[in-house]
Amino acid sequence: MSDLLVTASKRRRARTMGIAFLVFAVAIAGLFGRGIQPGQQTTFVFQTSRDEVVAVGDLAVATRPAVYLTALVTAFLGAWQLARGFTRVDEVLGIVAGLFVVAFLTWAARGQSMNVTGLLKSSLLRAVPITLAALSGVLCERSGVVNIGIEGMMLMGAFLAALIGSISQNVWVGLMGAMAGGIVMAALLAVLAIRYKVDQIVAGTAINILATGLTSYLSSRYLQRNGALNSPPTFRPLALPGLSKIPIVGPALFNHTFPVYLTLLLVIGIQFMLFYTRWGLRSRAVGEHPRAADTLGINVFLTRYVNVLLGGMVAGLGGAYLVLSSVARFDELMTAGKGFIGLAAMIFGKWVPAGALGSSLIFGFADSLQTKLAILAVPIPSQFLLMAPYLVTMIVLAGVVGQPHPYSFS
Amino acid sequence: MDKNAALEAAVEKRPARQRRNRAWNWRGLLLPLLAIVTALIIGALVIVFTDESVYAAFREGVGRGFVQAFTVIGRAYGAFFTGAFGNPVQIVSALASGNPVKITRAVYPITETLRIATPYIFAGLAVALGFQGGLFNIGAEGQYFIAGLLTVFVGYSITGLPQVIHLPLALLAGMAGGALWAAIPGYLKGKTGAHEVINTIMMNYIAFRLAEFLLDVGGPMARGDGRPVSPEIQPTAYLPQFFPNSVALRLHVGFLLALVVAWIVWWLLYKTTLGYEIRTVGQNPHAARYAGIDVPRTILVTMALSGTLAGLSGATDILGVLHFMPNAFYSGYGFDAIALALLGKSHPGGVVLASLLFGALRSGARNMQGMAQVPIDITSILQGLIIVFIAAPEIIRMIYRLRQPVEGEGAAISLTRGWGER
Repeated sequence: MSDLLVTASKRRRARTMGIAFLVFAVAIAGLFGRGIQPGQQTTFVFQTSRDEVVAVGDLAVATRPAVYLTALVTAFLGAWQLARGFTRVDEVLGIVAGLFVVAFLTWAARGQSMNVTGLLKSSLLRAVPITLAALSGVLCERSGVVNIGIEGMMLMGAFLAALIGSISQNVWVGLMGAMAGGIVMAALLAVLAIRYKVDQIVAGTAINILATGLTSYLSSRYLQRNGALNSPPTFRPLALPGLSKIPIVGPALFNHTFPVYLTLLLVIGIQFMLFYTRWGLRSRAVGEHPRAADTLGINVFLTRYVNVLLGGMVAGLGGAYLVLSSVARFDELMTAGKGFIGLAAMIFGKWVPAGALGSSLIFGFADSLQTKLAILAVPIPSQFLLMAPYLVTMIVLAGVVGQPHPYSFS
Repeated sequence: MDKNAALEAAVEKRPARQRRNRAWNWRGLLLPLLAIVTALIIGALVIVFTDESVYAAFREGVGRGFVQAFTVIGRAYGAFFTGAFGNPVQIVSALASGNPVKITRAVYPITETLRIATPYIFAGLAVALGFQGGLFNIGAEGQYFIAGLLTVFVGYSITGLPQVIHLPLALLAGMAGGALWAAIPGYLKGKTGAHEVINTIMMNYIAFRLAEFLLDVGGPMARGDGRPVSPEIQPTAYLPQFFPNSVALRLHVGFLLALVVAWIVWWLLYKTTLGYEIRTVGQNPHAARYAGIDVPRTILVTMALSGTLAGLSGATDILGVLHFMPNAFYSGYGFDAIALALLGKSHPGGVVLASLLFGALRSGARNMQGMAQVPIDITSILQGLIIVFIAAPEIIRMIYRLRQPVEGEGAAISLTRGWGER
């Protein structure tokens, strides 16, 4: 009997998906098919002017046919889903969303050009702090400690990066200082949550408030009065020889500053360590079933302490990146919610570093789209575009049904 | 077995009066009080350690250094006290002299404290109500903005209504706005389990951008004179002032409204069925469901009520003090409300007391900044410390060598659900 119920709800979900795809198709045709002048073309440019790269020509498409083609493909996918159904519907949903975005870009840049490489590059750049925040969350939450205080740790990291970087005039020392700051705030969270068993969200909130207060206070006291304390050096971009000349993706991926490369390495490294080493297995065991781990002799407290401190270090790194990349100064409250968006990216990425990177890229893309669209003079007020990352976060969270925890059991 | 025996013995030893479940008693007041005192001490240390004059004095001599340190602390906290409450001597002599200018100057600090406490009372009640329902509403700030937008719109766009209708209408608009803004994360939590911490924070940023769009120069709700503010509301929508003839004294009826609303929240939580349902869902949603309570609906209602209260904080600020709405800025106000709810142990009476304290903190901190050059952010540091000490009472007990409470005494309210349970 319950079998039938499961199949019935699965069928209903499949049908809803199919109808959703069709709605997407209609939206594409209806929204992005309008306002196009006959014969208009959209030019996709694949290199930025400053990078030496194997030259790839621009791709010019006739706008209206391109949009309608996209709508057609989406409609076809919807029809197929209704008739036969895809086995991996979620992937197809991702494809449909991608088609929607492509159609939107084609429409937005009608009669003008859109620099695809530039878009990819800035997406990655904006994704870096979010990725680091998400990685911090993954490390902490996989071992059983919810870390709401990532925002505060990033803020502290940013502040110390600016201060120590300015005093030492050395980016590396500034980076170390930021990581130390993140570790200190994480230590506070660890002590509160592990030793005193404070509710972890309250502890994280306290960290945020303390970090906000301390950094704003010290910034008013010292940084704002003495400009020399708020002018750290920045990282210079490092083009990887050979790789950065690859067309289209080369400049987007291989011509960045050190923290960006470090972030990508961290994603790979933490993924490997969590799932392919003994330490990772123990950490996950502690998070999934601390009592069982304890009976095996794993020191639950120590494991949690180590993971939370590592998470703090990574979050501090995220804050340092905000300051030491191009901005080169600390402004009060400069993290602007990136810690929380990182948490959303972590949940969307199913608490896996690779997934966190993927969803951070989506957020970064939404963020960078907003500036591009302003340049293209798309008639949507900039504030609505600025809302995009937050709306995407909420939609994403709503889609991950009933799974607020990496180890939910029914 | 031993534990039970000890518990029985302890319970029987307590006098009958204490066995009644009192929301707050003198013992319960001790911890928050010590938390505040300890936070103030640490705050004093922060001030001293970041003051150049102290370091200069220490270089001259240790004794002189200590004298300077205490002078600095005294000046800072002295400025704080007079900023928060006024100088008692000055108040008495001003009242005796009957000189209105003198009275205004003497009474200004305490009226400011009460005025600043008003939105805090509402916001603290909002978060406290959420906590009672097991929900963490960090969206108080976003709800404040949305309510402010709706209130100010009703305030300036409707003319020709008598105050007795216009004012409640404007307040209702604010309440509705706040309720709606909080209901969205509430609905999502009930339907999909998406945690309200992140959703309310996202709604905050969305509200912030929305207000920016509406109020920016040239926006739909901007005044049109080049400033990013809304038009002034009609005088018929003003909240009555206590001192209508004084420009400086801005205490308004909203403060009394806050006290009344606090009483209503207490009555709702402890004397009605809905309040019982809210508290049950907060303590154990599974048991609540087993008892037949519709948990998602209760979550939605709790968030909506919480948003209504937060909306009132914005509405009263606009109708009572500002009389227009300036372009929003995110100031971490919602986190203050969390500190209030924690300090007041999620009980309306406690929240009112905590809000008065925070009103004093803010009003005093302004004076600290002006007269003693202590940056105003010291309040955030103090708030963070207070939260830490309230949330981890063992630290306070360890510092002051207090007795551990008997198990079962003072049941803590479980603050969040579905996250951080381990």
